[in-house]
Amino acid sequence: MSSLPNLLEGALVTIRLTFFSLLLGLVLGVPLAFGQTYGPKIIRKIIGVYEKVVRSIPLLVILFLIYYGLPRVGIKFPSFIAAVIGIGIRSSAYQSQIYKGAIQSISGSQMKAALSLGMSKLESFRSVILPQSIRIAIPPIANESAIVLKDTSLAYALGVIELLRQGGYIISTTYRPLPIYLTVAAVYLVMTLTINMTLGRFEKKLKIPGIGIEERVR
Amino acid sequence: MSEDKKTILKIEDLHKSFGGNEVLKGVSLSLNKGENKVIIGPSGTGKSTLLNNINRLVPPDEGRIYLDGQEITAGNINKMRQEIGFVFQDFGLFNHLTALGNVRVGLLKVKKMNKKDANELAMKELRRVGLEENADQYPAELSGGQKQRVGIARALAMQPKLILFDEPTSALDPELIGEVLNVMKNLAQEGMTMLVVTHEMGFARTVSDEIIFMEHGHIVEQGPPKQLFNDPEVERTREFLFKLTELYGEGEE
Ligand SMILES: Nc1ncnc2c1ncn2[C@@H]1O[C@H](COP(=O)(O)OP(=O)(O)O)[C@@H](O)[C@H]1O
Ligand SMILES: [Mg+2]
Repeated sequence: MSSLPNLLEGALVTIRLTFFSLLLGLVLGVPLAFGQTYGPKIIRKIIGVYEKVVRSIPLLVILFLIYYGLPRVGIKFPSFIAAVIGIGIRSSAYQSQIYKGAIQSISGSQMKAALSLGMSKLESFRSVILPQSIRIAIPPIANESAIVLKDTSLAYALGVIELLRQGGYIISTTYRPLPIYLTVAAVYLVMTLTINMTLGRFEKKLKIPGIGIEERVR
Repeated sequence: MSEDKKTILKIEDLHKSFGGNEVLKGVSLSLNKGENKVIIGPSGTGKSTLLNNINRLVPPDEGRIYLDGQEITAGNINKMRQEIGFVFQDFGLFNHLTALGNVRVGLLKVKKMNKKDANELAMKELRRVGLEENADQYPAELSGGQKQRVGIARALAMQPKLILFDEPTSALDPELIGEVLNVMKNLAQEGMTMLVVTHEMGFARTVSDEIIFMEHGHIVEQGPPKQLFNDPEVERTREFLFKLTELYGEGEE
């Protein structure tokens, strides 16, 4: 079990990949969701096409396009950055769907009520729409986070030394694929469970009767 | 009640179309301080559009609206909205806020009141609609009638010059209508200026100073309830009131 420190090092890279990819997905996904909810028709169309295209291409192909394709037109990224961009872009398409759904699930009459009190549109969004959408978005975001975590293993193909590749290195010297891959799997499992538990606790803490899953199940 | 004849709301020749569909075809009316007028009319006639035009939740195409002598058809929209309460058919309560939070949020975010004053005023308005005990409950934990009373308290807390009600009891189970109408009746007696779209004939008959009958984007007839019920000028008014009374009953009182 002398290989554990190496695996944990790989796990750290996996966590970093996950974090930055989700962050990029958030930074792109929120404006996309806004554009699709409040933007003019043409913007909504363009975003819709972007989402469809990004979601229809296998992630590995996106990663290869960025890492091996783009250098041919003079755009070159280190493998870690290339992986974050690829996974982040893909996640943005899913995250924007989540935020869009969360915003649109708040009834129009609440917005009207906020405006009728004399709130500006921005204030109405901040005081009424946002606090509710965040709560609604937490469970699907937990889900998306777990998916992104698992998808970071594809960065292996770009040579990023993340958890899976560290496992591969160890196997090439120890020739013991079964216990090593089982350990790798266990580390992924622990990380996924941690994400779900953390966000689950967060969800509970923010819970308000009538908002979120409870309402949708009924 | 009517010793003060100050005009609070004056609407002149209001027009509104959606696409090619002209929904308001020149509506004029006025409301004095402390007056209570009820608008009735078939569904799709433009009643909601009229109310929404007043505080520009839906902007009118043509015509002028004055609030307390000031034209509000143009100008600072957020300031004007503070002075006009709006009570919605489907309540429009903020689901993430308690009853108190709903009543308080406008005071905090719009009037920038400090928390203590806002709490006090919000509690006072909740008391006024009989919901002191429910201050800490979320909308999902309240009955329909309680929700609408929170909606009324929320409008009241802003100390508006006028409150618009768009079918405030239409989404309620019959047994819950009375508690909301009672609150509205008390408001009317306290001298609140109110413009109410409703089919509650009991309320229209006993509480309102005037009934406005609208159809197809026009005001067909307006006048004191006695006149409209007993001796309308237009035959269509009699027909419609007859139908309403058949559908919804005479109302108690
Ligand atoms: N936002 C809108 N876009 C298009 N048509 C609308 C809109 N709002 C209302 N209308 C139309 O205007 C007419 C009047 O509606 P409304 O004012 O809601 O009537 P009422 O409240 O008297 O039932 C209806 O034919 C309705 O379909
Ligand atoms: Mg209506």
